[in-house]
Amino acid sequence: MVTRETIASFRNPWFTASVGITAAIAIVSAIVGFVWLPLQHPGERFKGVWDAICSAAGLVRNAASGTQIVRAHYLTTSVEIDPQMLRGASAESIGRGATLALRCTMCHGARGLSQADTPNLAGEYPVTIYKELVDFKTGARVSAVMAPLVADLSDADMRDLAAYYAYLPRVSVPEPAAGEPPRIVASGAPLRGIAPCGACHGEVDSKASAAWLEGQPAVYLRTQLEAFSTGARHNDIGAQMRNIARQMTATEISAASEFYAGRP
Amino acid sequence: MWNSRRLVLAHLWFAFASFGTALPLGEWQMFIRSPLHPWISDPEWYYRSVTAHGTTMAYVFPTLVAMGFGYFVTEHALRRPMVGLRWAWLGFALVVVGTIAAIVPVALGRASVLYTFYPPLIGHPSYYIGVVLVVVGSWVWVALMSINMYRWKRDNPGAPVPFPMFATVAGSYLWAWTAVGAALELLFQIIPVALGWRSTIDAGLARVFFSWTLHAIVYFWLMPAYIAYYTIVPRAIGGRLFSDTMGRIAFILFLIVAMPIGIHHAFEDPQVGSGFKYLHSVFTALVTLPTSLTVFTICASVEIAGRLRGGKGVLGWLKALPWRNPVMLGVALSFVMLGFGGAGGLINMSYPLNATVHNTQWITGHFHLIFGGAIVIMYFVIAYDIWPHLTGRTLDSFGLMRAQLWTWFIGMIVLTFPWHWVGILGMPRRMAFYDYADPAIAAQAASVTMSVGGGAILVLSGVLFLVVLVRGQTAPQTEPAAYRFSVAVRPPRALPAALNGFGLWLGLMVALTIVNYGFPIAHSLATPGTAVPVVEVGERW
Repeated sequence: MVTRETIASFRNPWFTASVGITAAIAIVSAIVGFVWLPLQHPGERFKGVWDAICSAAGLVRNAASGTQIVRAHYLTTSVEIDPQMLRGASAESIGRGATLALRCTMCHGARGLSQADTPNLAGEYPVTIYKELVDFKTGARVSAVMAPLVADLSDADMRDLAAYYAYLPRVSVPEPAAGEPPRIVASGAPLRGIAPCGACHGEVDSKASAAWLEGQPAVYLRTQLEAFSTGARHNDIGAQMRNIARQMTATEISAASEFYAGRP
Repeated sequence: MWNSRRLVLAHLWFAFASFGTALPLGEWQMFIRSPLHPWISDPEWYYRSVTAHGTTMAYVFPTLVAMGFGYFVTEHALRRPMVGLRWAWLGFALVVVGTIAAIVPVALGRASVLYTFYPPLIGHPSYYIGVVLVVVGSWVWVALMSINMYRWKRDNPGAPVPFPMFATVAGSYLWAWTAVGAALELLFQIIPVALGWRSTIDAGLARVFFSWTLHAIVYFWLMPAYIAYYTIVPRAIGGRLFSDTMGRIAFILFLIVAMPIGIHHAFEDPQVGSGFKYLHSVFTALVTLPTSLTVFTICASVEIAGRLRGGKGVLGWLKALPWRNPVMLGVALSFVMLGFGGAGGLINMSYPLNATVHNTQWITGHFHLIFGGAIVIMYFVIAYDIWPHLTGRTLDSFGLMRAQLWTWFIGMIVLTFPWHWVGILGMPRRMAFYDYADPAIAAQAASVTMSVGGGAILVLSGVLFLVVLVRGQTAPQTEPAAYRFSVAVRPPRALPAALNGFGLWLGLMVALTIVNYGFPIAHSLATPGTAVPVVEVGERW
C-alpha cells in the first residue's frame, strides 16, 4: 500500500529532506562558485564581493574608465554582410548599374571581362563587388586607381554596379588549363590553420563576401595573396585571409593563383 | 488483451532499420579520414555523412526505442490494454514523417550542419522542421505514458505504481523537459532564420539552449537501458531485484540532477559565467549518485541470482551465473563499458580537466563508449528479451546473439579506446581531413587505423543483430508465456507517497533548471549586440 500523507508539507520527511538537501547543495556550490573561487583567482582584482559575483555570473562589464581600448592603426571595413544581402536585384537596378559601369570599362572590360590583369567582374557575387567598392571608398582597401573612381559613388550606385556585374555571364576560358586542384586548394593545410580555398570561395561551399575566383587573372590573385600576407591589404575584418596568406609558401601562392586563373 | 504489439514492433523495426542505415556511415567516416584512404577532397561529403549519422543515431533511433519499449512496459506492467492507441500511432507517424523531412535535405547536402546544429551555420528549414516533428511525436508518447499511469492510479487507489511503469514515466518526464531547450532554440532562433525571416542569430544563446537538451538527452537515451537493468535482468537470470525502493530513488535522482548540468558542454564558451559553469560541474558530479545506486543494486540482484543458482563463497556466485544467457552477457558487457565511459565522464565534467580534452576526439570516443556501447548494447538485450512477445514466434538463435553482443563489445572497445588516446594527444574532433604525412600527427596514424578496425567489427555486429531479428520474424509461431518483469526481494508494502508520484520531483527539476539556467538565458536575451550573421551551408551558386 502507498502511505497517504501529504507530500508538499514540511512534516513529510521526504519533502523536507529532498528540498533541503537540494537547496543546500545549490547554495553551497553557489557560494563556492560565485564568491570563494573568484576571490582565490590570483589574476583578478575585484573591488569587492559583489564585483566577484557579477564577474562569475558572466555579466558583460564595461571596461574601467581610462582603460586603453586597442584599435587597429588602419581603417577597417564598415560593411556588415549577411547572406540575404543584395539578393534579387531589380531590372532597373541592373540597368542603372550598366550605365554607371561605362566608367569601369577601361580596365574591367566592356562586359566585365578584363584584358589587363585586373579582376573580371562579370558574374562576380554582388556582395563581393559592393563590399570592395565601399572599402575603396572608405579607404579600408587602398588603391590609387580605384579611390578617385569611387569617390563620388553613392551607396545606391554601388549596389546597382554590384547588381549589374553579378548579372553578366561569367568568364569562360576556351581551353581550361587547370587540371586537378593543387593540394593547398583542395585540402588546405590543417596543421597551419589553412582551410581549403573552396570551403569559402565556391566549389565546396561559398561564404558571404568571399569572392568568386575562377578565371581571375593569375597576376591579380598572386598580388592580392601577397598583399594579404604582408598586411598591405587588410579589409578582411576577421583577418581570415591575412592569417591564411601569411601561412602560405610562395610556391603555394603561385600554385593556387595559377589554378584559379586556369579554371573555366 | 495486448493491443500494442504491432505498435511496438513498428517502433522497434523503424528504429533498428534507421540504426542499420546510419551504422555503416559512421564506419565510412572513420575510414575516409584514416591513413587507409586518400583524402576525398570534399569535406562536404564528410559533414553530410556525420549529420545523417548523428541525426539518426541521436534523435531517431533512441527516441523510437524509448517510445516502443515504453508502450510495451505500459501494457505489461499495468497489465491492461493501453489507453490512446490511436494517438500513439499518430505520434509514430509524426516521427516517421519528421525523420524523412530531416534526412532528405541532409542527403541532398543542404543541411550539413551536424546534429547539434551549430548556429550560426544554417541549413535547409526542412531539416529543422523534421527534427521538431520527431520531438513532437515523442511528446505524444510522453503524454500517453502520463495518462496511462494516472488512469491506473485512479483505478487502483492506494496501490503502488508498478516499478517498470514508474521508471518509464520518469524517463518520459525527463525527456519532455529536456527537449524544451532545443525546441526553444529551433522554434525561436534557428527556424525563423532558416526560413529567411531573420539573417542574424545569437549563437551563444543557442548553445546555452542546446546544452539544456544536450546533456539530459543522454539520460533519456539511457533510460531504457537502466529500466532493463532493473526490470529485465534479475528476472531473466533467475534472480530477484535487490530493492524496489532503491530503483525508484535512482530514477527520481535522474529526474532531478540530470537536467541542470548541460553547461558542462560549454565550459569553454565565453557567454556563460564561470560561477554557472561551476554550479553545473557540481550537479554533473551528482549524476554519479543514481548510477552508483544502480550499479550497486544490479550487482546485488545478480549476486542473489548467483546464490540462488547454488553459487557459494565470496566470488563463487559469479561462476554460477548463467553466462550463456544473452541477457547476463549483455548486462556484464554493458557495465564494463559504463565503468570506463563513466570514468571518462568524470574527467569531462571537471572544469579544469575538461580543458585538456575539450573538442578533441576524446569526447567523440566518450559518447560512443557510453551511448553506443553501454546503452545500445542494452537496446539489443531488450529487443532479444521482448521479441518473442511481440512477434509470437520463437527467438532462439542464442549462439548468434552471444556472438553479436561480444562483437559489439569488442568492436566498441577497439573503436573508442584509441579514440580517447588520440584525443589526449590533441587530435581535434569535427574535422574532415587529417594530414598524417605531417610529422606532428604521424604518430596518431596507428591509433586511428585501429579505430577503423573497431568500426568494422561494429558493422559486422549490427548485421548480426538484424539477422537475429529477421530470423525471429520468420521462425515458427509459438505462444510465449505471459511476460514478467523482475520481482523485488521485498515488493513494496508501505511505499511512501512521495515514491509513487512525481509532483515533488518535477518541482525540484524545474526549480533547479531555473536556478542553473535562468540567469545565463536572461542575460543573453537582455544583452544587445550578441547576434551574428548566419552562415548558410549547402548553397550552390
